[in-house]
Amino acid sequence: MRYLCLLIGEPGIEGPVPGTPEFMQMLSEYESATRAMAADGVLADSGPLQPPSAAATLRVRDGRPLVTDGPFAELKEQIGGYYVLDCADLDEALRRAATIPAARYGAIEVRPLMVMPDRA
Amino acid sequence: MTSQAEIVFRREWGRAVAVITRLTGDLGLAEDAVQEAFASAVGRWASAPLPSDPSGWLITVAKNHAMDRLRREARRSGKEQAAMLMLSQCAPAPPPGLIADDQLRLIFACCHPALDPGTRVALTLRTLCGLSTAEIARSFLVSEATLAQRLVRAKRKIRAAGIPFRIPADEDLPDRIGGVLRVVYLVFTEGHQASTGSRVVRGELCDEAVRLARLLAGPCPEDPEVLGLLALLLLTDARRDARAGDRLVLLEDQDRSSWDHAKIDEGTRVLDRAARLRRPGPYQLQAAIAACHAAAAEPSTTDWAEIAALYAALARHEPSPVVHANRAVAVAMAEGPAAGLAILDEVREDSQVGRWHLLHASRADLLRRLGRTAEASDAYRAALALDPPPAEREFLAGRLAELDR
Repeated sequence: MRYLCLLIGEPGIEGPVPGTPEFMQMLSEYESATRAMAADGVLADSGPLQPPSAAATLRVRDGRPLVTDGPFAELKEQIGGYYVLDCADLDEALRRAATIPAARYGAIEVRPLMVMPDRA
Repeated sequence: MTSQAEIVFRREWGRAVAVITRLTGDLGLAEDAVQEAFASAVGRWASAPLPSDPSGWLITVAKNHAMDRLRREARRSGKEQAAMLMLSQCAPAPPPGLIADDQLRLIFACCHPALDPGTRVALTLRTLCGLSTAEIARSFLVSEATLAQRLVRAKRKIRAAGIPFRIPADEDLPDRIGGVLRVVYLVFTEGHQASTGSRVVRGELCDEAVRLARLLAGPCPEDPEVLGLLALLLLTDARRDARAGDRLVLLEDQDRSSWDHAKIDEGTRVLDRAARLRRPGPYQLQAAIAACHAAAAEPSTTDWAEIAALYAALARHEPSPVVHANRAVAVAMAEGPAAGLAILDEVREDSQVGRWHLLHASRADLLRRLGRTAEASDAYRAALALDPPPAEREFLAGRLAELDR
């Protein structure tokens, strides 16, 4: 099964500040966690996201695109990145997600991708 | 349902559901198939003698129902085809050890932390203990339709989220076992202090909880809290018959010769094993308290000072008002009602606890012992006003009547 892991920053919890040794430490933890998932064949995709201010939101109405500035919802929590993991079950996905540093500084939502019947 | 079938039902439901779930990987399908198998059994066993191996018969019939269902479903996924193959190839009935493993897999799925906490207990009661939706709905004071919907949602989530039917890996087990123990504990307390119905104790729930706790002790022989829970349930359940006749009988008034000494011995042995692991926890402490009561041949020889100390230790793990209230009762026994009342009055500051009938019942008892009759009557009335379970209501009303006489 495939699981989308959304890396969510929670307000009030500050992670390491860029430029500090702690930040470099966190980056190397991301790298080693990601490399381990790739080596074990569970990593389908992953990546950090630009901040919500970089987002555009699109709606198509009456066949015409309506584009607005910013994210769909102004959440206090920010999605900072994502992983798509290919795991046997939820327990494996949770175990893998626990190795992502964001789990310690914020939260990770683990959501199964829907399996389309004819592709199962 | 015939009574013969009913006895088999209690014993066999959870086992059959667990086996068919392993074979199909689908809890909902397994439950439906087992349900149909039991329906066939009712028709057949009413007019003929029980088969020599009812368990094997039910599993075989349930398996056939599951296969029929899968065959009927036009758009079969690869997974379901694999399940079909397993169903058609496997032996009629797996050996008991394998069935126990199937049940463990199922309980870890039903108690998975990704499921709504309130629904975990209900799901466990339904799938592993074979309680009907109506029975569980009554226990939880919700409508049958609401409960049925919660169960459907939980089963759908197990499937959609890929919650595995698997005993967690060793490194995950310590984190996961706590939630499972909690569910088993709640199954037991629901049986031991039946919140609904006219019966004081619902013995079948106590039996099921003990059975599940034994099952868990299998893969976790080195987890002192698993042993602690098993010991706690055995030691508490040993008092079942003495505690509940037609009405609730308090510990001090129980006929101690009718305690189940086999259960007390087993519980004490299990607790000793846990204690040797030297990692105390809430279940072990509660079991130790139950063991203190069990060790007293008569109420007057109860070691209340030890019990008060154990409650104090428990309060450090679990600083809940309920634990403090229990500590207060033990302190009252060890040092006199005034000392206990002082603790209870501190606890009463918490507005949440003010709505808890046992707090008022305990206060009432201590006030009564202190001869403060008017205050005691008020406290009994406060307890009664909070809608205690029927058996306790009767007891409290009796005490109140004595005071008002």
